[in-house]
Amino acid sequence: MIRPLIAGTAALALLAASGMAASAQQKTVKIGFISTFSGPAAAIGNDMRNSFELGLDHLNRKIGGLPVEVIYEDDEIKPEVGVQKTQKLIESDHVDFIVGYIWSNVILAALKPLTDSKTMTVVTNAGASQLAGELCSPYVFSTSWQNDQTPAAVGRYMNDKGVKTAFLIGPNYAAGKDMLAGVQTTFKGRIVGQELTRWPDQLDFSAELSKARSLNPDAIFAFYPGGAGVQFVTQYAQSGLKGQIPLYTAFTIDELSLPRLKDLAIGIPGAQEWVNDLPNDTNKKFVADYKAKYKTSPSFYGAQTYDAVNLIDSAVKAVNGDLANKDGMRKEMEKADFKSVRGGFRFGNNHIPIQNFYLQDAVKTADGNYALKTVSLIVKDDQDRFHDKCPMK
Amino acid sequence: MLYFIEQFLNGVQLGMLLFLLAAGLTLIFGIMDLVNLAHGSLYMLGAYFAATFAAFTGSFVLGAALALAATFVCGVALEIIAIRPLYGRNHLDHVLGTFGLLLFFNELVRLIWGPAGMTLSLPGEMLTAVQILPHVYYPAYRLVIIAATLVVAALLYIVVMRTRLGMLIRAGASNREMVGALGVNIKLLYTLVFGLGAALAGFAGLMQAPILTVQIGMGENILILAFVVIIIGGIGSIRGAFVAAIIVGLIDTVGRAFLPDLLRAALSTNAALTLAPALSSMLIYMLMAGILVFRPEGLFPAASR
Amino acid sequence: MSEPFRLNPRNAVIAGLLVFLALLPLYTALSGNSFVMTLFTRVLILAMAAVSLNLIMGYGGMVSFGHAVYLGLGGYAVGILAKEGFGSGLLQWPAAIAVSALFALVVGALSLRTRGVYFIMITLAFAQMVYYVAIGLDRYGGDDGLTIYKRSRFGIVDLNNRTLFYYLCFALLLASIYLVSRVVNSRFGLAIQGARSNERRMRAIGFAVFRYRLVCFVIAGALCGLAGALLANHTNFISPAMMFWTRSGDLMVMVVLGGLATPFGPLIGTVTYLLLEEALSRVTEYPGLILGPTLLLVAIYLHGGIHSLLQRRTS
Repeated sequence: MIRPLIAGTAALALLAASGMAASAQQKTVKIGFISTFSGPAAAIGNDMRNSFELGLDHLNRKIGGLPVEVIYEDDEIKPEVGVQKTQKLIESDHVDFIVGYIWSNVILAALKPLTDSKTMTVVTNAGASQLAGELCSPYVFSTSWQNDQTPAAVGRYMNDKGVKTAFLIGPNYAAGKDMLAGVQTTFKGRIVGQELTRWPDQLDFSAELSKARSLNPDAIFAFYPGGAGVQFVTQYAQSGLKGQIPLYTAFTIDELSLPRLKDLAIGIPGAQEWVNDLPNDTNKKFVADYKAKYKTSPSFYGAQTYDAVNLIDSAVKAVNGDLANKDGMRKEMEKADFKSVRGGFRFGNNHIPIQNFYLQDAVKTADGNYALKTVSLIVKDDQDRFHDKCPMK
Repeated sequence: MLYFIEQFLNGVQLGMLLFLLAAGLTLIFGIMDLVNLAHGSLYMLGAYFAATFAAFTGSFVLGAALALAATFVCGVALEIIAIRPLYGRNHLDHVLGTFGLLLFFNELVRLIWGPAGMTLSLPGEMLTAVQILPHVYYPAYRLVIIAATLVVAALLYIVVMRTRLGMLIRAGASNREMVGALGVNIKLLYTLVFGLGAALAGFAGLMQAPILTVQIGMGENILILAFVVIIIGGIGSIRGAFVAAIIVGLIDTVGRAFLPDLLRAALSTNAALTLAPALSSMLIYMLMAGILVFRPEGLFPAASR
Repeated sequence: MSEPFRLNPRNAVIAGLLVFLALLPLYTALSGNSFVMTLFTRVLILAMAAVSLNLIMGYGGMVSFGHAVYLGLGGYAVGILAKEGFGSGLLQWPAAIAVSALFALVVGALSLRTRGVYFIMITLAFAQMVYYVAIGLDRYGGDDGLTIYKRSRFGIVDLNNRTLFYYLCFALLLASIYLVSRVVNSRFGLAIQGARSNERRMRAIGFAVFRYRLVCFVIAGALCGLAGALLANHTNFISPAMMFWTRSGDLMVMVVLGGLATPFGPLIGTVTYLLLEEALSRVTEYPGLILGPTLLLVAIYLHGGIHSLLQRRTS
């Protein structure tokens, strides 16, 4: 019964202790890592953490020659929790870098404390359009993409396939809106309907799928990241639409959902800036070592996070470990002078990569497992359409 | 018109799922006067058990049967260990205690099954739509859900209206003290009712598993909907739960299906896109508030409460 | 508060807690760890919300399962005005209070006719409606929420000064504890408490129970709306999630944990609950495995919350 009180006191002691630790700082690189480690989306967060750890292993646990300390924090997919955890990392842990952020709405909420404190930030997934445009910051980099780019690549592919009419569907949050807008930037056909569904709690898409059936378009485009993707694709298959109206996806079928979707995913195309079979040496080493260490395949979330390790390493090296020299690190990072698993890219003025996008397909491998493989290059050196709005030149 | 039929079936199917959850909840509520926020956890357990057993035995039906039994056992154990001390306490203690259970089960599932969730695959023949009327196709498995729930509802009706156990349940819902005074083993009755409610929730979970997949926290949002259903129906009333479940299912689906187009006619596309899912989610709460304002004890208030 | 002050363990804990809270900025200044103050500013604001909930739930017996909605209404009043270019706190804060009070008036008038669980659920329903309205506000961020780039302006008083903002929250918390204890010990408050234990008798004596309860409900809403305005200023961010039903559940847990119908219970409960969460998430990857059963044990054995636990040791 007295347990809460004891724990409360323990918490105070802990807080006090962490304060002490901060004041007695040594020469280490402190990295805060924000991702989702609870709920179903923890699968994504774990993949990112695994890749980050693997990246550190490959550098012998040293960043720019300095020992490294990583503090992982869970955003619970909630913007307000993401803000709190970001504040904690900045104010309490005094980290040198913050890495991570899966969700567009979380990074948008956390952006003010990040930029106010001028914390060097590497966003490894979330690609909110504001981040690429008016809210770009000298201290914020992305190793992923702007949300529009991937669906825009899908839109191009739909044009190639002769799709004339399409039905668009995605979740009702920042990224969902960006994605649906993204397809429309390149898709030349007619949009016969579009739906945003409740996020993250709507899991039954029967009403929307019925609507799609009645509109009878040439194609359906869907964006459902994480577990929701499994649900959407499963229900799409169960509804009998699979033979009638082809599905095109962005961020819906990945290495995390594939083991659960199995045959249901086969024949459903998607676009991605990285695929596990990209033929460069860095990627081969990453994928092989990841499989050896974690007994599963890495996803694009992990690949982007692995790149973040090497990006930060290049920056700390360039300033010879002088972590106070933020401008020096920023200038080095802008060069993107490191070996990326996607075979190299450069940064735009807004610190968003200019990179290739590939068409990927789910296939059954010889040993009875499922894997994603590159089919073709959809677009080369693609830059997001918001970089003009970014005041940085 | 044909499109409307399809959406109508979608609504009924959601209603059926809600009924399975609400039936157990309303029984537990009506008889033990217990607010059970952990009811959604039993729904989640049912789904996880089904996925695990189906993978183990290789058969969907066998897995489902085992899962049903396992959920019943879990419900009985939960009642004996954690729920019993809460009887006769005020609703706040129930909320606090079962909220704690909900947190506990979410973490337990994460510890045992991992965070990624599971899939319960359907047999191949279920993966299609069947033609139910000329030009109307409907997913076969969703028809199975509707049929199976109707069977369960009928069984439940027979149990409650025609058996001795049902008589005690009905008596308990209208006058708890009197049933105890008549020398009925109240403890055993309570445990059985809780186990029955758990099995119903588990059944809902395992039936829904192939559609919604199996993941942590899957019971929480649907739990609130189930609460709405039993409040609209009147606490303790199975009949009320059935009617209210179908009403809520239909309203939710119809809102999602038709509101966006209505709004688009009035607003800009972007505003309508954002507003539509929000408004359609609101409809059922407006319905509940409206009903409570005019009928403060729901549509089918249990006799003497 | 009506009883004379005695130095017993309970009062010692409360006094110790207040001294601790009063001196906390000093610790921050010495250690350079400003996050502790960020954390405790949040604790103070949520404690204020819990104090307001305690007024209706603890003293009045009106179990509201939608109290977080007032945090949201207060927050959105600040956020929307800030976004539209009205930065003055003299406009924003009264607006937050007024909107919350008005909403409480409407909700109270409609839902105070129901009893027991029906009341719990109808308050939840109204909260969920506002939650979904906020999600539908495309202009104000919808589901993603809205960043508030500038804190409320009060002439030369700068709320960006964290220490100042901390003490402002602390002062407002103490003021609301005082206000609530004045209300409940007045004739009005005694009638409310009387109606909690026996409504029929109070009505028979001639009290307009419904109207009394409604007034009480409005005061609680307004107070929580002010807490919402503080919270929006504190996090510089508002989102519909502020008023999701689980947040209302958290507030209930804080009040019950600390001690229903006690002046300092909500503060104790809030401090305990939030620190317990923070501490558990540091020591284990599965905090719910400990937190969950703890709540269950509190519900079963700790009738009257921590406040009464301390009291029991006295006698």
